[in-house]
Amino acid sequence: MAEAASHHDVHGHDPSLQHHFDNPEQQFDSGKLGMWLFLATEVLLFGGLFVAYAVYRANHPEIFVYAHQFLDKRLGGINTLVLICSSLTMAWGVRAAQLGQQRLLKILLSLTILGGFIFMGIKYVEYKQKWEHGLLPGKHFTHKEGGHAAEKAPAPAAAAPAAAATPAPAGTAHAGAAAAQGAATPAAPAAAAAPAQASSGTLKLEPSLIKRAADGPAGLAPTTRAGAEHEAAPDKVWIFFGIYFLMTGLHAIHVLAGMTAIGWTLRKATLGAFGPTYFTPVDLVGLYWHLVDLIWIFLFPLLYLIH
Amino acid sequence: MTGREAALPGYAPLRRPEVENYLNRASGIRSWIFTLDHKRIGILYLCSVLTAFLAGGIAALLVRTELLTPDQTIMSANTYNEMFTLHGVIMVFLFMIPAIPASLGNFILPMMLGAKDVAFPRLNLMSWWLYVSGALCAVISIATGGVDTGWTFYTPYSTTASGNVVAMVFGAFLLGFSSIFTGLNFIVTMHKLRPAGMSWFRMPLFPWALYATSIIQILATPVLGITLLLLIMERTLGVGIFDPALGGDPVLYQHFFWFYSHPAVYIMILPAMGIISEVIAVFSRKHIFGYKFIAFSSIAIALFGFLVWGHHLFTSGQSDMGNTIFSALTYSVAIPSAIKVWNWLATMYKGAIHLDTPMLYALAFIFLFTIGGLTGMFVAMVSVDTHLHDTYFVVAHFHYVMFGGTITAFLAGLHYWWPKMTGKMYSERWGKIAWTLIFVGFQVTFFTQFIMGAKGMPRRYWSYLPQFQPYHVTSTIGSYVMGTGFFVVAGLLLHSLYRGRQAGPNPWGSATLEWEAASPPPWDNFSETPVVGDPYDLEAFQHEPEKVTWVRTLPKERLQENHG
Repeated sequence: MAEAASHHDVHGHDPSLQHHFDNPEQQFDSGKLGMWLFLATEVLLFGGLFVAYAVYRANHPEIFVYAHQFLDKRLGGINTLVLICSSLTMAWGVRAAQLGQQRLLKILLSLTILGGFIFMGIKYVEYKQKWEHGLLPGKHFTHKEGGHAAEKAPAPAAAAPAAAATPAPAGTAHAGAAAAQGAATPAAPAAAAAPAQASSGTLKLEPSLIKRAADGPAGLAPTTRAGAEHEAAPDKVWIFFGIYFLMTGLHAIHVLAGMTAIGWTLRKATLGAFGPTYFTPVDLVGLYWHLVDLIWIFLFPLLYLIH
Repeated sequence: MTGREAALPGYAPLRRPEVENYLNRASGIRSWIFTLDHKRIGILYLCSVLTAFLAGGIAALLVRTELLTPDQTIMSANTYNEMFTLHGVIMVFLFMIPAIPASLGNFILPMMLGAKDVAFPRLNLMSWWLYVSGALCAVISIATGGVDTGWTFYTPYSTTASGNVVAMVFGAFLLGFSSIFTGLNFIVTMHKLRPAGMSWFRMPLFPWALYATSIIQILATPVLGITLLLLIMERTLGVGIFDPALGGDPVLYQHFFWFYSHPAVYIMILPAMGIISEVIAVFSRKHIFGYKFIAFSSIAIALFGFLVWGHHLFTSGQSDMGNTIFSALTYSVAIPSAIKVWNWLATMYKGAIHLDTPMLYALAFIFLFTIGGLTGMFVAMVSVDTHLHDTYFVVAHFHYVMFGGTITAFLAGLHYWWPKMTGKMYSERWGKIAWTLIFVGFQVTFFTQFIMGAKGMPRRYWSYLPQFQPYHVTSTIGSYVMGTGFFVVAGLLLHSLYRGRQAGPNPWGSATLEWEAASPPPWDNFSETPVVGDPYDLEAFQHEPEKVTWVRTLPKERLQENHG
């Protein structure tokens, strides 16, 4: 969008004004509105992940409380500071562009990109630690604690005691409820049957996953185990790391995209493209960078500072 | 109408010196596929979506042919699964979502606003390239194993099924961003590029409908994007978010998917309604009735559309409370939809109705959409839906809305704006023949499906009990009639390019601004900036047979100073 707004058309006297706009103000306003709308789509893109976070945290609070201690608060905190500082240099850069301070603009844009590099470097260190300890999502989870890694493989025999410990009573209660309320909600057994075809073996261990209507809101997986039963390590800790890697990974991709965009702006700045009459790309890229920072501001407490 | 028709037979094509327009200003493939002109991008999209429609239509005919007998007719059960998936994916993602906004909308919207282009021409071109990339991904997926999950890609089947699901899903992801960029472009265009004098309530109703559509494209499509990304992650890396074996929840996928895909059906139907509002007024020669109600009902449908996704999960184990709320909200969508239908009927009341081809399609739209909408009320009721869920009744319902609604309106718009886009008139007689084939064929195909669905025929089945065969045979025959109708449409439109009468600037006597440009329009759309007036000031026009156009005989009403 920033690119579109700065498109040079060989028309008229002002090289930065495209032919279909009446004046620079109209062009600037269009670019700005377009960027805000784009940011709205970005918020919704992350929105899906925030919903997934909310659902799984509500259903498995003990996993989140347990697993977050594997994250390094110190590194996460440093990264938060780095991004806040880079937001400052970015906002200052927009100001410099508006005032035509070419040298300052170039320095500030470079510092912002540097902030991005530091952030990604620290992120790399964090990811590497998780990788080495096997703190990975889903089937890649190999950490010795909290995973019951042996059980999650298709080995029903090994998992059977665990299943008997907690879910089985729930299962029988479930069946009783089903008999009692069968007439009221005839749809539920049919619905449970459909996904069961694909993974019937594992569903026996987790009978309440596709909940009956009476069991709670939205038919989502309930809290299957209370944290008290597993002081040491709850089951299925990899759920947390699935959420962690998806959210921070998508965010990291956005940081890289932002760095690329700022790099492109920096190149244009070295050519002297910006000044008091034309600074749209700096402004728009700045908005994007602030959004990337803002998402991290939400991710940091949600993932690192749980209790 | 008689005056206009009388002028047609044997009328010599107007001989005009070759005037520069958007079609002949530049030539060569590069001048098309890298163009920044909204009209050319509209034509690129039109060709693309029509190609997709052909592919999806052939898949549909093959599916119907297979269903002629309860056993194997022409393909195996696995091929059949892939074929209906292909039909669904192509028709939804490659045809219906971009069909009206990206092709007709791209061409017409800036002209209706009296603007030279959309706000971001490069983004517009990028949207088309993303569309092409998405289509290529779909082709790659077909070539490397195909997909048999159905167009909804439900987990856990989609994460475990064989075939190349990832390529297909990634294609849909790219198509989503193509759609987002179109919507973003349109909203900014409508906010910032309206000319002096065109207040929001002087904007024609097609832009209003596109505005409502764009809201959905911007706010719903990103959620599809993340859902499909999660599906790809699940399938390739096994992150476990939708996998019950790993503590994930497959029903969460359904929530995510329908949070987009229910609003997406309004992405398909709202621009269709916009076209109908234009066509009904013009061919009734009467000011549109209830302008503001139609405009706001578009916005209302867009907003309600975000709150009803749960009605796709009535049988997925959703709570009773959830089911009740989603059912009630679904009913509320009927209100703005009915407001539109009554306003169209009121517009026609005491109008001078001209039954030209676009109007015939518009009337078919009202008829079919009403049936589709009312049967939507059946399946919005939890108790009834428990019986009808995943039967042919649902198939018939959404084909009445999507095909009877969107595609019929797309054809109305295509015929209505064809003279503007190409500068040529098509054969009215063949237009009516094609309309008859499509309308009759449609009824035979899909009304039968209501009956067999109510009797319990499940959707997506390769085989069926013998008692359903008469219905399937009837439905298949109907689909052949309908298919023939589409080939007639293709024939008459292509024929018009070579042999069509030259169209005047305003062949239908419309009052919106795009008809003040030449046909086909010049590069910058208008030789002089048009003056904004009432877009439905239709009684101010008189037909002039010898000029093959309509001309304004009453001046535009004076604008109040404070507009703009």
